[in-house]
Amino acid sequence: MLRFLLGLLLLGALGGVAGCATTGGNPDDPLEGYNRAMFRFNDGVDKAVIKPVAQGYKAVMPEFARTGVSNFFANLGDLWIGVNNILQGKLGEGASDFGRFALNSTVGVLGLFDVASNAGLDKHNEDFGQTLGRWGVGSGAYVVLPILGPSTVRDGISLFAVDWHGDPLWHVGNVPTRNELYGVRAVDTRANLLDASRLAEEAALDQYAYVRSAYLQQRRSLVYDGNPPREPGPAEGPASAEPEKQRP
Amino acid sequence: MKRLLAALSLALFAAAAAAQDIAPDALIKRISDEVIDIIKSDKDIKAGNQEKINALVEAKVLPHFNFNRMTALAVGRGWPKANAAQKKALEDEFRTLLVHTYSGALSTYKNEVIEFKPLRMATGDTDVTVRTQVKRPGNQPVSIDYSMEKTPSGWKVYDVVVAGVSLVTNYRDTFNAEIRDGGVDGLIKALASKNRSLEPQAGAKPK
Repeated sequence: MLRFLLGLLLLGALGGVAGCATTGGNPDDPLEGYNRAMFRFNDGVDKAVIKPVAQGYKAVMPEFARTGVSNFFANLGDLWIGVNNILQGKLGEGASDFGRFALNSTVGVLGLFDVASNAGLDKHNEDFGQTLGRWGVGSGAYVVLPILGPSTVRDGISLFAVDWHGDPLWHVGNVPTRNELYGVRAVDTRANLLDASRLAEEAALDQYAYVRSAYLQQRRSLVYDGNPPREPGPAEGPASAEPEKQRP
Repeated sequence: MKRLLAALSLALFAAAAAAQDIAPDALIKRISDEVIDIIKSDKDIKAGNQEKINALVEAKVLPHFNFNRMTALAVGRGWPKANAAQKKALEDEFRTLLVHTYSGALSTYKNEVIEFKPLRMATGDTDVTVRTQVKRPGNQPVSIDYSMEKTPSGWKVYDVVVAGVSLVTNYRDTFNAEIRDGGVDGLIKALASKNRSLEPQAGAKPK
């Protein structure tokens, strides 16, 4: 139901602004007018509700307990990460992800302890948007989703149409329990981002553009597992005096 | 105070001299080890004493950065439009912003371990990327890559890429927009007012 509502909101918002011309001029962000409005909306919700809850959670819960909660959800996530690694042809990484799940679910007491990392099985970061990227699908326009935040057409559709179903929580039969788990996970995620979001607030001249650039760079890096090919641009040329080439 | 400054500049000079013929990954390792040792043994820094953190960063870290190149990269296509005085002002303001924003993170250090990936470098290379992974028990490792170039005074860092995000080029969109709207001077002004807003207030801000 929540998903349906979010989908409707997104469609409505996209439809509402499709006709407006925007002035930002970033080729990755033709929807900048809508996106900035949604960014402000999300920021308002965050400041009013989500961030205070996350701060309270961080203040009340001892660190080892928070780590346990993070580990619990991270462990469930490893299954879908493994599936995506295999879809991308990275069989070794996929096997490692399933190995992590097996080890952490048993020795790590239902995932509360990340013993697999200590055993040398590193945690990966994969989702279906990255799988599509690996298969050569471009990211499409930058889109700020309601509540969920920065995304792209490719990553947003992947999230709603595919990742959501690959998420073990989605398959929890008891709906109130499932929603509680979603809630705790959301608070846990936000609490882990408190330092990063404070940094972004301090570092940015224009928070919207800063977050957009960081998101697009990070996704690109994730698609290539941390080794993206260098982008053509001034980064490659000598220090100065070289005009920027337009990205394709 | 004067003696402290003299000692600092001497240390700086010594660091610069020693840095001349050291390999880029060895240099990053040496700097990180030194800084981590100091953080570990200094309670004031752990408690977030900004003055002491700044002194540490000025002495140990900044000599190994090329802020001129960093600023040129961040400004991108607007850089050639700036005159010498504007370039200097941009560099100073950008340096202040980066140092202020990121040096505070040092006080959050908690037993992270830095692992170095093998350096891919051919003889004669003057531009390399030093790849590291920062691991904290119970957390996903975070990659931090340093883009470095060889200069007559040793290897210098000109970009830091954290989890795929370049701290330098991340500013390019904003800087371009500021220059488009208000020219190079508009960007200098925006940076200066941002820096003023970050200056410590009477009451320390909550962590």
